[in-house]
Amino acid sequence: MSEPLTAPGAAADAAEIAQLEEIARRIRVEVVRAVYLARAGHLGGPLSAADMLAALYFHVLRIRPDEPGWPDRDRFVLSKGHSSIGLYAAMALRGYFPMEELDTFDGANSRLQGHPDMTRLPGLDMSTGSLGMGISAGMGMALGARLTGRDVRAYVMLGDGECQEGEVWEAAMAAARYGLDNLVAIVDHNKLQQYGWPGDGPDGRLPPQVAGELVAKWKAFGWRVLEVDGHDMAAILRVLDEAARGDGRPTVVIAHTVKGKGVSFMEGHYYWHTRAIKPDELATAMADLGEPLPASEGDPR
Amino acid sequence: MTLPMGRPMREIFGETVATLADEDPRIVMLDGDVGSSSRADIFEKAHPDRYLQMGIAEQNMLGVAAGLATMGLIPFISTFVAFAVVRSLDQVRVLIAQTGANVKITPGYAGLFTGQTGMSHIIVDDLAIMRAMPGMVAVAPADDVEAAEVLRWAAAYQGPCYVRLGRDATQRLFDDSYRFTFGKAVVVREGGDLTLFSTGAQTPRTVDAAELLAAEGIDAHVVHVPTLKPLDVEAIVAGAERTGRAITVEEHTIIGGLGGAVAETLAEHRPTVVHRIGIRDVHVQSGPNDALLDIYGLSAVRVAEQVRGILGADA
Repeated sequence: MSEPLTAPGAAADAAEIAQLEEIARRIRVEVVRAVYLARAGHLGGPLSAADMLAALYFHVLRIRPDEPGWPDRDRFVLSKGHSSIGLYAAMALRGYFPMEELDTFDGANSRLQGHPDMTRLPGLDMSTGSLGMGISAGMGMALGARLTGRDVRAYVMLGDGECQEGEVWEAAMAAARYGLDNLVAIVDHNKLQQYGWPGDGPDGRLPPQVAGELVAKWKAFGWRVLEVDGHDMAAILRVLDEAARGDGRPTVVIAHTVKGKGVSFMEGHYYWHTRAIKPDELATAMADLGEPLPASEGDPR
Repeated sequence: MTLPMGRPMREIFGETVATLADEDPRIVMLDGDVGSSSRADIFEKAHPDRYLQMGIAEQNMLGVAAGLATMGLIPFISTFVAFAVVRSLDQVRVLIAQTGANVKITPGYAGLFTGQTGMSHIIVDDLAIMRAMPGMVAVAPADDVEAAEVLRWAAAYQGPCYVRLGRDATQRLFDDSYRFTFGKAVVVREGGDLTLFSTGAQTPRTVDAAELLAAEGIDAHVVHVPTLKPLDVEAIVAGAERTGRAITVEEHTIIGGLGGAVAETLAEHRPTVVHRIGIRDVHVQSGPNDALLDIYGLSAVRVAEQVRGILGADA
């Protein structure tokens, strides 16, 4: 599955949307499987981001997996670097490296480090993991594309918890000053962070922002703000197509998502942000994802 | 006899990077709103399209630099040492040093001379921090001549580097024929009684201190160490062997900078007692330059005095 389903920017039909949904499902399966094998890793975030990663890697981004350093490629920066396994699954499915390599995730000497490491894995456009930084690097890529006269867009995926970092708003200020309309930020707004403030929300925690806060902030910083249901593939494609049509401002897509999406017992619980999966939980997760469990899924490392 | 005054390194910064940009279209200048102080304004005048104001937002600026570098550009950073090194330390570490980004971290206002701005703008542990960081190299030029040489080297060097630049005019050590070699220390005075290792804008004052000592019959060997990392191990060992007495002098904390580097090196390669002259684990105050040099023991007179003390205690 190394080809995009259609040319980037082309309209997607019902069949392609169904294919992208299937890719998103497979990303989730690989996320759960890899984290199970590694006995470590983040789950809630990669699962909430899976649909957008499928849309980006199979429809939106102008990339060449067999030529990862192609200078005119669109850039993608996973600013929420702890969701790396979701990105790795999308990249493997797209043909950047063999699917089997996903089994090495977060292991010693793996190219698939816990946080994306661009010095190890071709196809990664930046090393990330310390929150708030990816948006700055993405801004540099968008600005660099303009300065060097290249038709390149920079896409940056952020977490909503990450938007508590001050650097995000430094970048928002500066990118708006430069009117970088080849910069697209996507906020995976799953309403949970690792632990969260105490309060009367789910599991006794409050979401990272109050309702409407992110939209108001990005607007105030001079960005074009688009909102989408981050699990509605047709809507994701529409909004990313619109985002690609610059209007003189940087664009942020606030994607409303569910943390742990697709796995019943993980959805909406902060404590599945990062956690090892037990064998019986693996069986339930795979059943939830519609994936037949093989006789042996392998032993956790 | 004391060394003559040179030009302020910050002017050399603005002029040299502007000249380099004439020849290399990949060079851009990122400014954290100090262009009129760092003299990035000289660059702006020459290359307005490549002067990139980033506002008072240094963490973002360093991150943007990393992104620009991945697009094949060569960003130079205009800010103060304190903001490049510690305020943006995590961005430098994760986005620049870890990735090997071709970013030139070239802040001004190094050491004690910050134009009496205030203590928050004075940082005296920058070399220790940048030296310790994997993937980073650190250079502290002595004067305006060497600063221009180092900036030319930095533009050609592939990878991240830290260049420590000063604000004010300081003494000139080198003449125009001087050529900087990355990773090499330079013997700037021959002597046989003790060896002074020095770095950055302190070196001219250290040479003056050696002349004061010479008048009293104490003949110091002086080694200038512009490259803190990678350190010129051979020159450090040779310098120590020459006299058997090693003293470091730096406008920096004695912890982890030149003193630390020389002590580490000699402990491993040629065990020698190392005395460290420099700022002694205190947060420094701001004030007129000469007063600060006197208070922190870094004027030629005060260095000579401390060297005498060390020799007396050793005798």
